[in-house]
Amino acid sequence: MLRRIGGALLLLWLVLTITFALIRLAPGDAATFLVPPSATAADAARIRAELGLDRSIAVQYARWAIALLRGDLGESFSLHQPVASALAQALPVSLALGAASLALTFIVGVPLGMLQAVRRGSRVDRAITFLTTVVYAAPSFWLALALVAVFTYGAAAWGLPRWMRLPAFAMRSPGAELHGAAAVMDAVRHALLPVTILAAVGAAGIARYARSSVADVLGRDFVRTARAKGASPRRVYFRHVLATVLPALIVLFALSLPGLVAGSIFVEAVFAWPGMGRLMVNAITARDYPLVMGAAAIYAAIVLLANLTADLALPLVDPRRRA
Amino acid sequence: MTAAGGSRRSDTFAIALLGALVVGAIVVPMFSRQDPLGIGDVLSLRLLPPGARDAHGGLHVLGTDRFGRDLFVRMMLAGRVSLAVGVVGSLLAGGLGTVVGALAAWIGGAVDAVLMAVADALLALPRLVLLLVCAALWQPGLATVVVVLVATGWMGVARMVRAEVLGVRAQPFVDAATALGASSPRVLWRHALPNALGPAIVATTLGVGNAILLESGLSFLGIGIQPPQPSWGNMIAGGRDLIVAAPWVAIAPGIALIATVLACTLLGDTLRDRLAGEAGATLRERA
Repeated sequence: MLRRIGGALLLLWLVLTITFALIRLAPGDAATFLVPPSATAADAARIRAELGLDRSIAVQYARWAIALLRGDLGESFSLHQPVASALAQALPVSLALGAASLALTFIVGVPLGMLQAVRRGSRVDRAITFLTTVVYAAPSFWLALALVAVFTYGAAAWGLPRWMRLPAFAMRSPGAELHGAAAVMDAVRHALLPVTILAAVGAAGIARYARSSVADVLGRDFVRTARAKGASPRRVYFRHVLATVLPALIVLFALSLPGLVAGSIFVEAVFAWPGMGRLMVNAITARDYPLVMGAAAIYAAIVLLANLTADLALPLVDPRRRA
Repeated sequence: MTAAGGSRRSDTFAIALLGALVVGAIVVPMFSRQDPLGIGDVLSLRLLPPGARDAHGGLHVLGTDRFGRDLFVRMMLAGRVSLAVGVVGSLLAGGLGTVVGALAAWIGGAVDAVLMAVADALLALPRLVLLLVCAALWQPGLATVVVVLVATGWMGVARMVRAEVLGVRAQPFVDAATALGASSPRVLWRHALPNALGPAIVATTLGVGNAILLESGLSFLGIGIQPPQPSWGNMIAGGRDLIVAAPWVAIAPGIALIATVLACTLLGDTLRDRLAGEAGATLRERA
C-alpha cells in the first residue's frame, strides 16, 4: 500500500515536471501579457526580473520545486493572489458539479443499462440504445446550448410556468439577497442545467457499458443454474447478476470522477461558472505559469486519488481480489 | 452488442451516413457560387432562415450566418477539416502508440520503464487538460490540433500493444521464428506485431469519433481551428449568442457533428465485437 502511494506521488512529480517543461516551451511569457502596449522593453525586462522569469529554466524549476516542497504554490501572475487561494475558490465549484453529476450518472445509467440487458432486443432496448448512442456522440457544449435555448429562452417565450424557466448564467442570481431555503432553491435552479448535461453524457456512457456487461453475465452458466433452482427473477438480477458486475462498476465509478471534473470545462465555459475549467483556460492563455502548475497539480491529484480509490475499493467488493 | 440483424442495419446506416458526409464535404464546396470564407453583401444576406432565397435568387438550404455566408456550404467545408483532423489525428496517435508499445515490450529494461513512466504520467492528467496545455504551445490552427491530438492520444494504445506483444512473445511460434534464424526486428515486425494489433486497430477506430469531438471542443473554446476557416466547433461557437434570434446557425453544425461521431462509434462498436474477440472484453473495461 505504501509502495502504491509512493508510486503515485512520484508520478505526480513527473506529471508536474512535464507540465513545467511544456508551458516553458510555449512562445511568449507572462510578461508579454502583463505589460501595457505602451511599455518599453525596459519595463518588460523589469517585470520579468520581478517574476523571476529572467533566470534560466533550471533555476526556475529548482525554485518552483523547493517552494512546492514547502507547500508554497506561489503567487498567480494574472490574478494577483496566492495560487492556493485561487484554487481553493475554484475547486469546490468543479468538485460539487462533478460529484453531483457523478452520482446522477450512476443512479440513472446503471438501471437503464440493466433494463436494456434484461429486455434485450425489445422496443425499449432499441429506443434507449438509440438515445444513449446519440447523447454519447453529442458534444456537451452543444447540448448545453440546446438546453439553454429550450429552458431559458424557449420557456419564457412560450409562457411556461415560472418553475420551468431555468437560469443559464452563473451560480446564483446576481444582486439578489436570498437567505435560507430561498438561497438553496436559487442555487439548485442554477445548477440544474449544468448538472443535467454532465450527467446525461455520463449516464449514456455508463448505460452502454452496463448493458453489455450485464448481457454478458446473463448468458453465464451460474445464472442459468440460479434460474433452474427456482430463484425469483428479482433474486437472480440483484443477488447474482448485479453482484457480478458490481466490482467493475465501482472501479468505473472511481475512474469517472476525473473525466467529469475535466469535462466540466465546457459546461463552465457555457454557463460562466467560476470553476477549475475556467481558471485553467484563463491561466493558460495568460501564460500564468504558477496558476497552470497549481491547476495541473490538482487535476493530476484527482486522477491519482481516483486510481488509488479504485484499487482500494476493489478487494472490498470483490472477494476474489482479496489477498 | 446488438443482435446480428440490428447491427448489420446500423452498420449500413453508419457507412451510408459517413459516405454521404465525405462526398458532401468534398463536392459541395467545389460547386458553391459564393466564397464560403469571404464576406459579401452582409446586409441583404445575413441570418436568412433555412430554405430562404436571397435577393440575388440564390437558395440557402440551411440559411446563412451573421456574415451572410451559406451555412450548408460552410458546414460541408468544416466537414473536410473535422473528418481529416479526426482520421489523421487518430491514425497517427494509434501509429505512435503502436511503435512505443511494441518497442517497450520488445526491448524491455530501462527503455520499457522510461516509456511506460512517460505514458503513465501523461495518463495522470485528464486528456482535455493536457490538450489545453499543449494547444497553448503553438499558434492555434489545423497542424497544432493534429499534433496535440497525437501527443495526447497515444498512451492508451501503447499500453495495449505492449501488453499484447508481451503475451505474443511467449508463444511458441516466436521462438520458432527466432530458432529459424530470423533477426529480432524481423520477428517483431513479421511475427509478433501482426498478432498483437487487434485491440490497437479497434481503439484507433473508436478514437476517430473522440478525436473529432475533442477538435470541436478546442475550436469551440477558441484554441482550435481559427475562423474564418470553418470547423463544426467554431461554427457552434459562432452561433452561441444567436440561439434565440437564429438558432439554425448553431443547430446545423451540431447535428453534423453528432451524426459523424455517431457513425464512427457504431462502426467502432461493430469492429470491436467482430474482430477483437477476446480483446474486446478488455477494451470494454477501458471504455
